[in-house]
Amino acid sequence: MNAPLTAKDFATDQEVRWCPGCGDYAILKCVQKMLADVQADPDQTVFVSGIGCSSRFPYYMNAYGFHTIHGRAPTFATGLKLANPDLDVWVVTGDGDGLSIGGNHLLHVLRRNVNLQVLLFNNEIYGLTKGQYSPTSRPGTRSPSSPGGSIDAPVSAGAFALGAGARFIARGVDTDAKNLSPVLKAAREFKGASFVEIFQNCIVYNKDVFDDFVNKKQAKEMQLHVEHGKPLLFANGTKGLKLNPQTLSVDAVEIAGGGASETDILVHDETNPAIAQMLMTLPKEGFPMPMGVIYRNPAPAFDESFWTAHGNKGKRTGKVADALRKGSVWRKETA
Amino acid sequence: MSKIAPENQSIVVRFAGDSGDGVQLLGSQFAESTALAGSDFSTFPDFPAEIRAPIGTTFGVSAFQINLGARRISTAGDAPDVLVALNPAALKVNLPLLQKGALILLNTDAFTDRNFAKANIAADPRKTGELDDFQVVEIAMSTQTLEAVKPHGLSKSDAEQCKNFWALGAVLWMFGRDRKPIEDWATKKFAKKAPTALTGNLAALNAGHAFAETAELSAEIPQFVVGEAPMATGDYRSITGAEALSLGLAAAGELADREVIFCSYPITPASPILHHLTRMSDLGVATFQAEDEIAACCAAIGASFGGAIGVTSSSGPGIALKTEAIGLAMSAELPLVIVNSQRGGPSTGLPTKTEQSDLYQAIYGRNADAPLPVIATAGPGDCFDAAIEATRIAIRHMTPVFLLTDGYIANAAGPWALPDMKDFEPILSNTPPAAQNDATERKRAIWNRDPSSLGRPWVAAGMKGLNHRVGGLEKDMETGDISYEADNHQAMSDLRARKVEAVADFIPDQDVVQGNTKGPLAVVGWGSTHGAIWRAVHDVREQGYDVAQIHLRYLSPLPKNLGRLLGCYDKILLPEMNMGQCATLLRDKLGLDIIQLNKVSGQPFKITEILDAITANCPAKAKIKAAE
Repeated sequence: MNAPLTAKDFATDQEVRWCPGCGDYAILKCVQKMLADVQADPDQTVFVSGIGCSSRFPYYMNAYGFHTIHGRAPTFATGLKLANPDLDVWVVTGDGDGLSIGGNHLLHVLRRNVNLQVLLFNNEIYGLTKGQYSPTSRPGTRSPSSPGGSIDAPVSAGAFALGAGARFIARGVDTDAKNLSPVLKAAREFKGASFVEIFQNCIVYNKDVFDDFVNKKQAKEMQLHVEHGKPLLFANGTKGLKLNPQTLSVDAVEIAGGGASETDILVHDETNPAIAQMLMTLPKEGFPMPMGVIYRNPAPAFDESFWTAHGNKGKRTGKVADALRKGSVWRKETA
Repeated sequence: MSKIAPENQSIVVRFAGDSGDGVQLLGSQFAESTALAGSDFSTFPDFPAEIRAPIGTTFGVSAFQINLGARRISTAGDAPDVLVALNPAALKVNLPLLQKGALILLNTDAFTDRNFAKANIAADPRKTGELDDFQVVEIAMSTQTLEAVKPHGLSKSDAEQCKNFWALGAVLWMFGRDRKPIEDWATKKFAKKAPTALTGNLAALNAGHAFAETAELSAEIPQFVVGEAPMATGDYRSITGAEALSLGLAAAGELADREVIFCSYPITPASPILHHLTRMSDLGVATFQAEDEIAACCAAIGASFGGAIGVTSSSGPGIALKTEAIGLAMSAELPLVIVNSQRGGPSTGLPTKTEQSDLYQAIYGRNADAPLPVIATAGPGDCFDAAIEATRIAIRHMTPVFLLTDGYIANAAGPWALPDMKDFEPILSNTPPAAQNDATERKRAIWNRDPSSLGRPWVAAGMKGLNHRVGGLEKDMETGDISYEADNHQAMSDLRARKVEAVADFIPDQDVVQGNTKGPLAVVGWGSTHGAIWRAVHDVREQGYDVAQIHLRYLSPLPKNLGRLLGCYDKILLPEMNMGQCATLLRDKLGLDIIQLNKVSGQPFKITEILDAITANCPAKAKIKAAE
């Protein structure tokens, strides 16, 4: 027996070249450790990325890796899964790569439910091109290309994924390995496309943009770690989300002091798309940020259906020599 | 009753009607019967871009042309000798194409004021004298069809739909053909439809045949006698370029013993390849209809990274979208076959019309110095061999390869001598190295290129002990690690250029199709012009002109002997369906003077157009002396 793999066994000899303090370091460590925890086989694991800071990820993972072109990582990963469905494939993308130039491919890889994991590092900014606003930037974001503040309405990654038909949607924070690691494990175990949005701190161009819920002082108060079958409580169980049947939305209520009891609190059902939709689109003001596995509702994975539909599991059962003779064949004899 | 044996042993028949009239079916079944009669033939469907254009309009006219003969047939023919026109619009659109004295069979039931208006025809052409140069036979085809079909209980509109079978019956009689194979085919085709569909259509077929044979009009309907064409002994079938290309890709998979994963997005005129391949799963082919052209190309590259033969296919506009991904496959040194079914351009252009105008795109159309092998197919049956050759180059040299075909080849059909799979060498991949634990050793093994082909080992993701990273950033030549070193980038750019040049070491010398290896004039072509050039050169040679035909399969790199060979002719004439792209290429690579013959009308070359250019450029003194 070989010695068990450690996180170090998933690191390469390449010097990591993200900015000092970049959230990507924490995510890289978390992924390497998680793969060691599950004793993944580096030769059966593939990281596929597009373009951007996050997309340097494969170079630092001791596994197969493909650093492709901007926005298209899901399509390379799809082709790869068709060629070899046994591979454990991870797509690493960012808010620009995945939701702007590659939005179309993200949509299709999710709705097809290809059995792979998509890790979207969301830092609400373009890092590699030096700080322009991204499709997840909040309106008013000042950047080299929006000196007066951006005017676009941002896209919610989670709501987009749900709308695209994703069957697994989860969220985590770059530096919160304790909560991110189990989410990554769950994503890996899920048969189908798992979408994980990771809030990532771009220390240079969008520092602390998630501070309102990531900052250690506010994290407990402002993060809601959902669990299937458990009430949607946050702030150490002192607050919760209560369904408002009049508006078909949820209210954030205080338990005890606020007059609500724990039995009033909506119980999380990770297979319920309506609850997922509400959690994904909670207003910023007065509401916590839902974290963890928000939606998990399995359906047949594309790479399996693909080979069922094609028959023979890709095995060659016929011969071209016979196929040539299909249809009307006539013989010509030269006198 | 007159029986005519066509003077030059071949005859061109064109069927034309509304796009909903079943003209393509009529034509393809006539072609099938021609095949069984042993004549050589070449067909070309000519249909509108609209699926169902407004009935009766000129832009809704669909046509099918067949050239058949008792000699070698190399094109679908210049000018039709026979036109079957199912409505006035079909007559109006096709009349200018006809040979003087051509026979025209008209469906008079459609010659109404209403239909004249739809086709913007001011006066009944039968009364204006514009048909005076032709032999016109007027038949009430719709009425005859309705009469024949009446006992079978079809609705009037369904019954009228049978008129293509009626016309087919009449034409089968004209050419002395057996109806039985058509009946057998129809029995299969209509097996799942209401029984009246079969009985109605067969009744129409028989009625058309009987009408031509027995009606008093038959004195006006000539019979044509087209004998068997000399062809090598063997088994033949009729095949379109799209189908032969699909079978060729499947054959390449078999020869390489790998899955073929074909990733495509629907586009005219490339889609038939997707349709054919999707029915070939038993041959180890899987098709993936991607969300767009880019995704199709990237998925094919992903499949190659996983060890399957990744193939993508499109037409010019779609190829443009794939460009960035093709550059990545080149940089990552992964095999990929890119099929371009060229159509009329630029931009959306003429989707259903043919052109050869994506040669620059294939050879030069990428950012930075990104050379790739480019090969072209010369005709429908040749697509089979070309697809195998493209795959072989892609795998041997670990590179994307362009395979150029076009709308004409994709849809044209002709008899094809079935190849023997035993004649094809297996397609061998560069052997992957043994598993390596040492990281540096592993990298060096993965990028250890074959010194003759410069292809690296094909290490598929998932292979034990060989994990590695690839990407589009410049990489160190030996380790594959990201490298911004100046010398390395120069060395890698040189390597990529040399790799394409190295392909020339593996391809055959350029041959001469017809004629001598030197002389006053060589007609050089590539792609689908092969047939028209062949006939033109053949005919002038019979008249004694010393002209040679040279046809290029390999466009990048060019065969090593090409410059020497072409240097042996006083003049080089290059007909191509673009504004001079191959001519520019040959001037650039070989420094030769080229006489261009360019045509971008969306239609293939006529033989006469090439004939005229040959005689204009070949002095009479160059005629071979009769005594020789």
